[in-house]
Amino acid sequence: MPSAGLLLQALASGVFLGALYGLIGLGVGLGWGLLRQINLSHFAWVFLSAYITYELKTRLGVDPLISLLFLVPLFGLLGMAVQALLARFAITPFNSLLVTFGITVSVEALLQWIWSADFRRMASFYDEHKFRLGSVVVTYSEALTMGMALLAVGLAWWMLHRTDMGKSVRASAEDPAIATAFGIHAKRLAIWVAGFCAALAACAGVCVALTFTLAPSQIFAWVGVVFAVVMVGRLGSALTPLIGGLVIGISESMTMALIAPTWAPLVAFTVLILILLLRRGDE
Amino acid sequence: MNKIWQSSGLFAVVMVLLAAPYMGLPVHWQSFLYVVFFWVTLATSWNMLSGYSGYFSFGHGAFFGVGMYGMATLATKAEWPVVPAALGSGLLAAVLALAVGAVVFNARKIRGESFALITMAVGFVLATVIVNTPIDGGPGVYLMSVSLPQWGPKPASTFYYASLLLTILCVAVAWWLFHARAGLGLLAIHDDEDVAQVNGVPTFWLKMGAFALSSFFAGVMGAIHALYVSYVTVGETFNITVPLTVVLMSVLGGSRHWAGPMLGGILITFLLNAFTAGESALVGKVIIGLVLAGAVLVMPRGILGTLQLRQHKRLMQKNQDAEFLHASVESVPLQDLERPLARPADSMDRQKVLQVRGLSKQFAGIRALHQVDLDLYQGEILGLLGPNGSGKSTFINVVTGHYKPTEGTVLLQGQSCAGWPAHRIRRQGLSRTYQIPRPFHGLTVLQNVILAAHYGGTRLSDAQAKQEALEWMRFTGLHDKSDHFPDELNLHQRKFLELARALAARPQVLLLDEVLSGLTPSEISAAVQTIRRIRDRGTSIVFVEHVMSAVLALSDRLVVLNQGEVIAEGSPEDVMSREEVVRAYLGDEAAV
Repeated sequence: MPSAGLLLQALASGVFLGALYGLIGLGVGLGWGLLRQINLSHFAWVFLSAYITYELKTRLGVDPLISLLFLVPLFGLLGMAVQALLARFAITPFNSLLVTFGITVSVEALLQWIWSADFRRMASFYDEHKFRLGSVVVTYSEALTMGMALLAVGLAWWMLHRTDMGKSVRASAEDPAIATAFGIHAKRLAIWVAGFCAALAACAGVCVALTFTLAPSQIFAWVGVVFAVVMVGRLGSALTPLIGGLVIGISESMTMALIAPTWAPLVAFTVLILILLLRRGDE
Repeated sequence: MNKIWQSSGLFAVVMVLLAAPYMGLPVHWQSFLYVVFFWVTLATSWNMLSGYSGYFSFGHGAFFGVGMYGMATLATKAEWPVVPAALGSGLLAAVLALAVGAVVFNARKIRGESFALITMAVGFVLATVIVNTPIDGGPGVYLMSVSLPQWGPKPASTFYYASLLLTILCVAVAWWLFHARAGLGLLAIHDDEDVAQVNGVPTFWLKMGAFALSSFFAGVMGAIHALYVSYVTVGETFNITVPLTVVLMSVLGGSRHWAGPMLGGILITFLLNAFTAGESALVGKVIIGLVLAGAVLVMPRGILGTLQLRQHKRLMQKNQDAEFLHASVESVPLQDLERPLARPADSMDRQKVLQVRGLSKQFAGIRALHQVDLDLYQGEILGLLGPNGSGKSTFINVVTGHYKPTEGTVLLQGQSCAGWPAHRIRRQGLSRTYQIPRPFHGLTVLQNVILAAHYGGTRLSDAQAKQEALEWMRFTGLHDKSDHFPDELNLHQRKFLELARALAARPQVLLLDEVLSGLTPSEISAAVQTIRRIRDRGTSIVFVEHVMSAVLALSDRLVVLNQGEVIAEGSPEDVMSREEVVRAYLGDEAAV
């Protein structure tokens, strides 16, 4: 049995891992619930953003937070452009998954072409410096990730629940035909939502670059866990992905501490299976 | 003629493929074709459940992985010869599929995305277990020491032949399933699972069977592949790209066709090979990803689906032109329909065919039906009336097995069938129609009715089922709409398709849920005639309707429901003049 201090540290790293899961899950869940798209390319954008952050830092010494400032609008535009293209076709959720799978394969090959298949690790101030929170050691990267996740969730919640545009988006997700009859321009809204999701991917990418080792093939390693996070919560919700992320992040890191790191995926996916089986249907 | 060309062409291709290694097919070509066969088998096997029934699985990699590790364990630790080990691995995968299916298919709401995610999660759980137990333990398993038989002229030919034989078998099974009664049932599940069950399709067992078959082939392919790569690791086996590639191949080729996955598999493997050979491999991969994304966008039904749709439209156009030329189509004689519709009742006419006692249905606090008693006599038309929300539809849904009753008994020809699944009640001789027609959109009108005939209770051959279906289409006047899809019919015709489907099961009892609503006066009088003709053949009818003139013209007896309870029962004249009935319909003031 590990000591209490170690367990506390494991708990903390679970919380920070969960925050990143939540940040990625937020973008995936919003697109899934509001646009009925299972967007695999979200993971591609996360890694593209991470690699750009890495390149700017290692080549030119640009601070990741500076990169973030222009990556967010850039990816927002990218997301809007892709949505504008997709909106021209009638597309089922499953086909959206296949289309974005195609895009993701392309991006993976692109990343591998530019940066090779080798593992890359960005060295930065944020990852090397730590502070203490009681007995728990926290890196600045982790704190930044947490902060960004909270900010993103708060912003998404505020937009969905406190602005007219957000209310229109939710109405449109619930019943597109009726929403259109009330004068809601669903296609234009969808473009904004997609842009917001892609901007979230840019944020998540910076966080991934700050704490994780990068390789193009890693894109797909995140898919399963993030899907689990999204499903633990509710599709299209602003708050629940973070909660789902925390549940899964903490249970994973506790499994790592108490049993063995290699058993960690079992927890996430068992949680997913149980939730899907036991959840009451919407009907 | 077309069919003969197709099958002889296919036969020739198979012969050439079988002979090729002996005719000097280079080894690197044999290896390439192995990869083609590999993907064709995986995609075709995936399609048996997922393409036909619409239950998209993201867990095909799991069953493939069970096959790989099955071989890795059976051939090294247990030292089985490779052929039994491969079959054993396939069986292992099938058993796992049955276990997963037993849980997942019993949970009613696990469809669509939930099913995809659960099957994906099963793969990851399996990977974690394997990597942490002696099955693998982490470093992977080597299969170099396994002794292989030599099939064909060269050592490498063994894999060529093994995968070719498996592919032929797999595609043949997919072909058979697609054309069999079971395949029609699976396609119906794809379109509307509840209606499929109401039409007599045993949905649970069909899905279980298809899942097991599908996983068996994936498992055997995995077992062969384990030997081919001779080194098995969890990371390479259980990832998300294998199942996604398989789904992509099937959808691109056309997942509602037996040959779609084969076409998609061949195309994508050739594309990958053509573009990713040589130095510009990565550029090629970028292009392929985009091409595939574009193809799914432009052809959401896949290549074969798009071709079929185009062919169908051309056929419809041609028919229209022909109809225009021969404007007077003679009406089809109905003499051949004079034999009794229902199986003959064994005793006198006043026998009760349906006897409902104390039937109640509770929905989370709402009392939809309360202590309903109802009898239906042989050869009777019983009008079931009641204002909106009085429980008529719930009554139909409970009696037909869509909902389980909270309490009460239902005797159908003396057989107690309360709480039975819908398909068994249908086979016991009770059919229904839907107020808003719910045809299977992906099946033609004829196929819709054939399905109902096939699953109606008596086992029919394909030819008999078709004969039966055509008869009922003639009865309902749909005989010249055989090749249409239901969406091409008008409301009147779709209501009659509901009727034809219900009748094709040769029911003792027919529940009609507002067949007349939304029809024009002339259509109503035609429909009333049809209903009389149905009764004249011996089927007893419960008739839910709001069109009063039709109710009074047709009904021998009326039962009135209000707030889930029977408030009146008797002859039409008697019931309609009763105070409580008037009050239920028109309010208290009117009754005074």
